[in-house]
Amino acid sequence: MAAPETPKLKPRPIVRLGILLISHNLVVSVICCISGIVALLLLPILAKNTYISENALMPGSANPMLSTQDVADANKLVKDLMDLKSESTSSDKMQRVVAEYISDLGAEVGYQKFYPQSDQFNPLHFFSLPDPGTLQEKVNCSSFAINVIGIARAPRGDGKEAIVLVTPYNFEDADLLDALSVGLTYSVFSLLTQVTWLAKDIIWLVADSRCGEYSSVAAWLRDYQTPVFGSSSAADSSTCDSSNTFYGLKDSSVIERKITDNFRRAGTMAAALVIKVIDKSEPFEDTLSLYAEASNGQMPNLDLINIVNYLAVHRQGLHVKVQKLTSLINAKWLTVLAQIFEYVGVIARRLNPQWKFGIPAAEYVDGTATLASSLYNQALGVPTGPHGAFRDYQVDAVTLEFSPKVYSMSKGRHKEFLVQGGRLIEGVIRSVNNLLEKFHQSFFLYLLTSPGRFVSVGVYMIPFALLVTPLPIMAASLYTKTNNLDSDAETNDLSIYQKSFTWLNAAKKVLLVHLWGAIVSLLPYAICHLGVSTPAMNLAVWSMLSVLCYLLFCLILGVRSAKSGKAQWAVLKSATLSAVFIGLCLMSVVNFATAEFGALLLVPMCLVIYPLKSDLHAGGLMNFSRMACNLALVLIGFPPAAFILLKGALDGFHSIYVGDFWIWVESLWAWNSATYLYITMIHLPCWLLCLHVLLHTR
Amino acid sequence: MELLRRPIFSLLLLLSLPISFPSISLGSAVQGEDGHREEEFTEELLLKPLPDRKVLAHFHFENTAQRTQSYGRHHHLFPKAISQLVKKFAVREMELSFTQGRWNYESWGGFDPISSSNAKPPGVELWATFDVPPDQVDASWKNLTHSLSGLFCASINFLESSATYSAPEWAFQPASGNLRYGTLPREAVCTENLTPWLKLLPCRDKAGISSLMDRPSIYRGFYHSQRLRLRPAKIIADGADSGIVLEQTLTVVLQPNGFRTKSSHSSENKIPPTWAMSSLLGRKIEGRCVLAKSSNVYLQLERGLVAELNALKENQEFVGTTVLNDDLIENPAFEISVKPDWVLKEVGNLPTGSSSLMYGYSIGKSTDSGPFDLHLTWKSPMVWSCPRPPLHASRFLMGSGNERGAIAISLRSTGLNEGLYGSNKDKESCVLPVNVFQVVPWYIKVYFHTIKVFIDEQRKAVPDVIEKIRVSPSEDKVLPGVMEMVLKLPCGVKSAAMTLEFDKGFLHIDEYPPDANQGFDIPSAIITFPNVEAAMHFNQFSSSDKSPLLSRFREKNPVQSYTEVLLVPLTTPDFSMPYNVITITCTVFALYFGSLLNVLRKRASEEERLLRAKGRSSPLSRLLAKLRRKKEVEPQSSTTSSSLFSSKLVVKIILVAAIAICWQYFG
Repeated sequence: MAAPETPKLKPRPIVRLGILLISHNLVVSVICCISGIVALLLLPILAKNTYISENALMPGSANPMLSTQDVADANKLVKDLMDLKSESTSSDKMQRVVAEYISDLGAEVGYQKFYPQSDQFNPLHFFSLPDPGTLQEKVNCSSFAINVIGIARAPRGDGKEAIVLVTPYNFEDADLLDALSVGLTYSVFSLLTQVTWLAKDIIWLVADSRCGEYSSVAAWLRDYQTPVFGSSSAADSSTCDSSNTFYGLKDSSVIERKITDNFRRAGTMAAALVIKVIDKSEPFEDTLSLYAEASNGQMPNLDLINIVNYLAVHRQGLHVKVQKLTSLINAKWLTVLAQIFEYVGVIARRLNPQWKFGIPAAEYVDGTATLASSLYNQALGVPTGPHGAFRDYQVDAVTLEFSPKVYSMSKGRHKEFLVQGGRLIEGVIRSVNNLLEKFHQSFFLYLLTSPGRFVSVGVYMIPFALLVTPLPIMAASLYTKTNNLDSDAETNDLSIYQKSFTWLNAAKKVLLVHLWGAIVSLLPYAICHLGVSTPAMNLAVWSMLSVLCYLLFCLILGVRSAKSGKAQWAVLKSATLSAVFIGLCLMSVVNFATAEFGALLLVPMCLVIYPLKSDLHAGGLMNFSRMACNLALVLIGFPPAAFILLKGALDGFHSIYVGDFWIWVESLWAWNSATYLYITMIHLPCWLLCLHVLLHTR
Repeated sequence: MELLRRPIFSLLLLLSLPISFPSISLGSAVQGEDGHREEEFTEELLLKPLPDRKVLAHFHFENTAQRTQSYGRHHHLFPKAISQLVKKFAVREMELSFTQGRWNYESWGGFDPISSSNAKPPGVELWATFDVPPDQVDASWKNLTHSLSGLFCASINFLESSATYSAPEWAFQPASGNLRYGTLPREAVCTENLTPWLKLLPCRDKAGISSLMDRPSIYRGFYHSQRLRLRPAKIIADGADSGIVLEQTLTVVLQPNGFRTKSSHSSENKIPPTWAMSSLLGRKIEGRCVLAKSSNVYLQLERGLVAELNALKENQEFVGTTVLNDDLIENPAFEISVKPDWVLKEVGNLPTGSSSLMYGYSIGKSTDSGPFDLHLTWKSPMVWSCPRPPLHASRFLMGSGNERGAIAISLRSTGLNEGLYGSNKDKESCVLPVNVFQVVPWYIKVYFHTIKVFIDEQRKAVPDVIEKIRVSPSEDKVLPGVMEMVLKLPCGVKSAAMTLEFDKGFLHIDEYPPDANQGFDIPSAIITFPNVEAAMHFNQFSSSDKSPLLSRFREKNPVQSYTEVLLVPLTTPDFSMPYNVITITCTVFALYFGSLLNVLRKRASEEERLLRAKGRSSPLSRLLAKLRRKKEVEPQSSTTSSSLFSSKLVVKIILVAAIAICWQYFG
């Protein structure tokens, strides 16, 4: 009677599910990994069309007001600038001309003088903005640049908000196209000083880009948002004696001109547009390239890109482009894949006409190339233009890069181009001006697959989640396996101690290796002070120091292998997997694209890794293939190797130089990219741990 | 019968008396029985060309009522709504302004009486002093805000909440006891606020100067500020209860037609645009308001302009007239279509040397010769500057992010203070006091101890610079932070800056306004220069000595300027979050109750099983057995142990109850 009533206690369903997953970890991992990669490749298909989410924007609802008169004025400015350049006048004369033009519109004008800062690795200010006080020490007094700032006040506005237009212009060395970009902005600005519908002030920053576009914009923003009062700036003027050229700019003869060297301000910035004109030799159409990526993969609100795209395509008939990885477009494998997807789509539609997920092969290839570029730029964490400086202050900004068609440039017909570009900018400003609240309605986390299509965070998270899921499952299964192994073998108290010791040992090892990674990440700070010149040397010193450091760690803290058997590497692998899992999840919060790339490289390596010795001893075909696989993955997983392979795949192997990696890493920390931290503090230690497992000796 | 008839007769007499009054009072002020003026109304308009090619139009209506017992609560000209308000809430003084746009202190001036009393912060500003005991002031203020809100169709009632108004003691108005001050920076101002304001005028906008108020032209302006000011009348009739003066002003900055002469890069083409009153305001003055005692139009030429004109006259041999008049009516730069009835010249010690000119026109006459219209035709380029306040104040936010920031008030010298003080006083000892009054909403948590003052880019110790400071810290959702202080700056100061750090607070979800993502406003700070007076004295002219506008000009008010309104972005929740929260809460509840029920059910079955199969012993059953044994033993055992046991239980129960109460309160 009691027998049916006392069955084995059933665990909860969730626990049962966990046990099921752990027991079938191999199948689960393989399925998850493959589906993760497939999902990643499916992203261009899953992309949605963009739509304007904020109703208040109302792009294109008003007729453009930019007249040919404004453009004629702008043309005059372009001509003046080119004449001055041909006369090789000093740059401050040109600045004065620009300032006078702005002032004649009835706008306020100010100058801002700044000293460019030398990039230096400073480990303590990674995510935070550098302290203005410390910045003063690093200024280079010999060179300075002067930004010209014009502010058009909204006639009936309350002056609480402002829209920023930025035109990078090199006052020392500029060609016609640069002058055209100033002219283009001037035409819009001159219109905006007259219109009555303006609710937000307009700031026009003519950024002196002789020291780099980004740094001039960043310098202005720094002065705008975090000005320094008092002693430090006084010290600055004493150390770098303020040259009189700057004060020579003031034109005392005209009283009513509102030109001052005071730093002029308007309210909180609502949005910023960076306007550039470059010559890409577009044969047929005027094109517009959009750059949006800011530091650490931050993007402006999708609505800003949407209105630019909408107005450019539907109102001005411009050809809009976003960055692409061009080498991917011609890749054979991608074309084949695209055709497969197209074929599947066609079949699906034949089965059920409602299924419309297939997209044409060409579109897929294009989308993938754009997506890859989008992911790559976000993963790199380096802004793609001066707009990146705005994102640090939570201002949505985008760079509009116009490139007129060859025909109009050769014939000197700038006017049409100016009208077209000017109307686009006017439309965008009018939309932003309509906005009562700041941009918040649409996405901030997205990837673009074309100017009009995007993948939102909810979709692109899936591949990452799929890639990462096997890690804890595998770790758990390895742990339980070793436990079972040990408990089967011997069941005395000593073994329990032993077991916990292996576990502790592994954890200690993981911790120490990560500590080592942290030290490696700080080493460049010392190397910078050593004063080694060439990048290759720097890299060599860095790697040597790292290895030395590692050996020191081994000696002092002793990653001594306890005399345990088979179990040890499995426990170590389990610990490594957990560390990778935690590291990737953390990184996905900081910069998702980096985590995605990291997962692609790390996850297969960590899952497959197996001691070489055991494989060699077994010697089967299966083991041999696993060995080869391991070696290949470990090679790819090593950051410099991965970098060189990627670079070779994109640009060809002939141009590879050993120092490139150093240069690349240098650029990462110069831009405060979190990718640098990821590489040295998560990727490299995990790779080393995998190497440990691979080279494990009994 | 006789007795009955007489009261009726006298009643009839009494009734007919007020009816006959308007016929007597037409055209001039109401004459009381005892001879002195009881109610009078004046209307004036001041036009002034501004240096940046715009024109200032300043309407000034003044309504005076002596408080007498003669006809109780009735008035002839004075609006009843206002007099009731004054009586009911015992308002001694009050000022209410509705403003759209920003006053440009740099090009429209900040030193003259108009700019320092009529330049107001955007939105609504209200302050009032009351003749009530201090404990009733808040109640009166609250009632007043509601009444005004109804009267002016504006959301002034939002000033009722104690978190929106403050009680400045000395930095805002020098002598004030029961003062309350509040602003609504985001209030949109339009015709719905102007119409009730016009209703207070005896002629509304049907006749007189107020008929110029063509809505499209007024609201096309660059700055628009309508103001209502109540003040006690200066002439005190019987000593105790003085009358009240209602001053209504509308200040508009307009752009003459022909918006922008196309820019040319030579400064030759700087002829200011020609304008006429009819082109600026869209209408002409058809005639005076018959109820007004005086109805005047003034054209003011600024000191800078007069100086330029004089210089121009000296340089250029002006052929037309041999004798150059001091009044500059005929000059080479411009031409006025109507010859002024009188010309007033500014007198008194003037900092710049030249004096301002005022051309006066009396409207009473123009009724005969058609509607009054004034044309100003510029003939030669003219560039001048306006009187600016000694220090130009601007305020901005520093820092970024949603956590903290700083407010910076920067004062820059306009070059005037040296002229004011440099000549006659010793530079070392000379001090320019500056009052700063700043109200900060409670969600901007200002740390007043972080105050830093920089003078000429040098950091100064706070006690060296701040003479007097009064701070009332904010209290969450109850009180705003108020800071009043007097800075003493050296006279030769080039620039001064003051920074205050703050943390951004969090609001409860239902405290967010509908447009929360725009950010939150910090009302304008008020910068006052108590030693610098914005007064203009004009030489007396017979018909102008009673002009209220000019007597306002004569008042010695300190120069005052408002800083910008700031917009602070605060952290805002995703407002679609409630749905997500509902979903997740439901999920959590489902999981919780599901597992709870599961556990409850399992334990019961287990117990049953245990009862049936006694041989098995699980930890639970062992525990149960132990407990049971203990219970059996309990009566025999010592009382201490049982009391200990029960006390533990009691403590546990209390603990659980406490946690539950805490949860209820703070969760």
